[in-house]
Amino acid sequence: MSGTGAWETVIGLETHVQLRTRSKMFCGCSTVFGAPPNTNVCPVCLGLPGALPTVNGQAIRLAVRAALALGCRVHLRSIFARKNYFYPDLPKGYQISQYEEPLATGGGLTFPSPERGSVTATIVRLHVEEDAGKSLHDRVPKTTAVDLNRSGVPLAEIVTGPDFRSPQEARAYLLALKEVLEYADVSDCDLEKGSLRVDANISVRRRGDPELGTKTEVKNINSFAFVEKALGLERDRQIATLEAGGRIAQQTMLFDVKANAVRPQRSKEESKDYRYFPEPDLPPLVVPEFWLDDERVGLPELPAARRERFAVQYGLPSQDAAVLVGVRTLADYFEATVAAGAEPKPAANWAMGETLADANANGGTLRLAPAVLARLIGLVRDGVVSNPAAKRVFAVLAANGSGDPRAVAESLGLVQVADSGALGGWVDAVLSAQPGEVARYKAGESKLFPFFVGQVMKTSKGKADPTLVTALLKARLAG
Amino acid sequence: MTATDQLVDRLAQAAPLNALRTPIAEVREALAAQAATASAGGALAGMPVVVKDNICTLEFTTSCGSRILEGYRSPFEATAIARLKAAGALIAGKTNCDEFAMGSSTEHSAYGRSLHPLDPERVPGGSSGGSAALVGAGVVPAALGSETGGSVRQPAAFCGVVGIKPTYGRVSRYGLVAFGSSLDQIGVFGRTVSDAGRVLAVISGRDPYDATCEDRDPLPLPAAPENLQGFVIGIPKEYFPPDLDPGVRRACDRTIKLLRDLGAAVRDVSLPHTPHAIPTYYIIAPAEASSNLARYDGVRYGPRPAGAVDVRALYRATRGQGFGAEVRRRVLIGTYVLSAGYYDAYYRRAQRMRSLIAQDFRNVFDRGVDLLFTPSTPTPPFKAGEKLGDPVAMYLADIFTVTANLAGLPALTLPIGRVNGLPVGGQLLAPAFLEDEMLEAAFTLERVVAPEAEA
Repeated sequence: MSGTGAWETVIGLETHVQLRTRSKMFCGCSTVFGAPPNTNVCPVCLGLPGALPTVNGQAIRLAVRAALALGCRVHLRSIFARKNYFYPDLPKGYQISQYEEPLATGGGLTFPSPERGSVTATIVRLHVEEDAGKSLHDRVPKTTAVDLNRSGVPLAEIVTGPDFRSPQEARAYLLALKEVLEYADVSDCDLEKGSLRVDANISVRRRGDPELGTKTEVKNINSFAFVEKALGLERDRQIATLEAGGRIAQQTMLFDVKANAVRPQRSKEESKDYRYFPEPDLPPLVVPEFWLDDERVGLPELPAARRERFAVQYGLPSQDAAVLVGVRTLADYFEATVAAGAEPKPAANWAMGETLADANANGGTLRLAPAVLARLIGLVRDGVVSNPAAKRVFAVLAANGSGDPRAVAESLGLVQVADSGALGGWVDAVLSAQPGEVARYKAGESKLFPFFVGQVMKTSKGKADPTLVTALLKARLAG
Repeated sequence: MTATDQLVDRLAQAAPLNALRTPIAEVREALAAQAATASAGGALAGMPVVVKDNICTLEFTTSCGSRILEGYRSPFEATAIARLKAAGALIAGKTNCDEFAMGSSTEHSAYGRSLHPLDPERVPGGSSGGSAALVGAGVVPAALGSETGGSVRQPAAFCGVVGIKPTYGRVSRYGLVAFGSSLDQIGVFGRTVSDAGRVLAVISGRDPYDATCEDRDPLPLPAAPENLQGFVIGIPKEYFPPDLDPGVRRACDRTIKLLRDLGAAVRDVSLPHTPHAIPTYYIIAPAEASSNLARYDGVRYGPRPAGAVDVRALYRATRGQGFGAEVRRRVLIGTYVLSAGYYDAYYRRAQRMRSLIAQDFRNVFDRGVDLLFTPSTPTPPFKAGEKLGDPVAMYLADIFTVTANLAGLPALTLPIGRVNGLPVGGQLLAPAFLEDEMLEAAFTLERVVAPEAEA
């Protein structure tokens, strides 16, 4: 909130998420990302004369699930509407959306605000619609090419109230929204593939003023970092304008990543009046009541509840719970590891540490089975391998996909040696090799102790049991 | 001479009517190809059917009477066409129509007007004028047209043939190029009630490709009852205004007497919101048209004028040159009535009036009336050019037909006499999805009516 002084920022968000379906909203074409241009198309999504839309029930089911996950009221009857505008990648000259009677209204999403603690954003509405195609400006020189593979891909649009007081809050909400939608298995929420896109409405007002200021719409935001950046820039622009005695024009601003600036959309690019009217090609959308029951029952535990449970059930610090729950697969992995017999805290450390790093390096794949990790954690607990040695064992196991941790540790020669004869030999060797340090230690430089432990571990190539080494060193150095 | 040769001959002889859009050579070729694969045992085996140029076929171009779709070949065919072919019918070419089915005379075709088969100075009606003219001239026994406000019944009445507009949702619209989607239905022309009814039966029924098509079995074709005893037929007074053409009135009066003679109980009824039908129609249909025709932008198909400097210029050139005056007029009206600030005053009120018009019909049908009988058109066929300069006069040619489209009801016109040698049509209207009762009455009436008699 630095630098805004007497001004309060008010932000509302419209988020488009691609629903995870195999086929498009109104035809049977594939929704797969990255196919050669204009290969996943048919008369319906090309908008050919005489073609008609028919609704993909799976898209509606996913939208219903999203609505329930966001605490919305799902309307058993809703209406499709046409949003009319001309654009080369909009093949029918209108987008089938919902307007006056959307699928769901009146929900909320609680998220951790960086400034105000736990805040609940109002979900004003959630409706279903089809995506447009893509205009490709860099494919053919001096020509705009149109790819209609995306045309007709199902989207849910999720609209909040003007509930955010800073760009940071807007971002925090989006992260929470992404989490919920991923948990509910509604959407990939993959920003790079455009399966989650954000438009924002933003205004500023004098602190304490009950009236909202004139808002602008900021479009073209395609990463969570940019949400914060673009909205920060627009907020600052508005405040500067008002402080200079100017007025805010109600207009659409585009975020220009390269210039790190927001600029007004040229009025030519804009079509203010969408001439919405009920889509005559589709009867009212009627959701069978049993779908609601099915989806409600089938809804997984959502992130907020899971974080709470992780803290209570496993005694995890809230930061650990947040990191684990933030990635559904990771949280599932953690729970499976605990279920296979691992202690919760070490299991959490492993999941957030080696497991996550390994997954990130391998395209998100969790390569090691939770049961194997649990056995490895057991070896550390029982003093069979040291923690650093266990990480080497993990690397081998993960690369192989499976294996017996103990056998791997043995084959690598990493099983800790508890035999006092061998230990004594390593300790003696270190002490006799470092007479200077021994003298300083004996003279009172007790902080040198870990140095001796490290040297013994090094000499033993990690096989010495650090606990026994410590005891033995203490005894020898005291002598 | 084979049947196909005779058909091609008849089509060639009818060329002066400018009713057929497909070159004769292409028709001959397509018929030969179809004859080789046609189902011989189907319900319409060997029946040639011509098709309005706004219904998608694989065989011929589908240009909707418009320059903007000149040469356009659909990569898929309408459900109705697929069903006709499966039943053994032969698709014998595409017929001329008002551009995008907007008109009542076929004068608004980019490919020239079609002529009335009995009087070249007169129009065959429209918008499905080419189909009506070819059936009226005896070239084919049946044809497909489309209706948004009377575009089958009005030309059928003008050309002295039977025309049926089914209940909205009876026939799939998949492959019918949209004009006013909430009003559009594919309709049929026939020389007789039987020809039209048989075609309707084949093309009707549920279709997963059209969400507005009702989940119903194909229409069973009823038999003609001996008489009309037990039928209550309502005569709505609003369809007999003082300025109704006297010849049309005489033909209707004579038909009402025939209905009584057949044993029907004839009752005067009122549909009080009828006067609002034309204004209501001319808000809703153009509104939907303005959106449905947005796709003709020169980006993906159709002719694209050269030299456009940017995409706006491309739109302007494509649409400005590609659409005729009547289409442009309706796109403008439709855009206006949907605009912010005007939507409530026009579109929303028109929708409310539309439900009142539908309620009028339900009120009458709920009080024991089975069918309604009215004139199909206010006048016999008019002369070419007569209404071209006056759009509202042209719109009023559909005054007795638009109500069935607004209310989604089935309606049928059949020839009931002549005025100065020109055909007059009488209309039967039925409650939704009661085409079978409407056809029973039409079969029975057809046996006694004298379509050639001067009124």
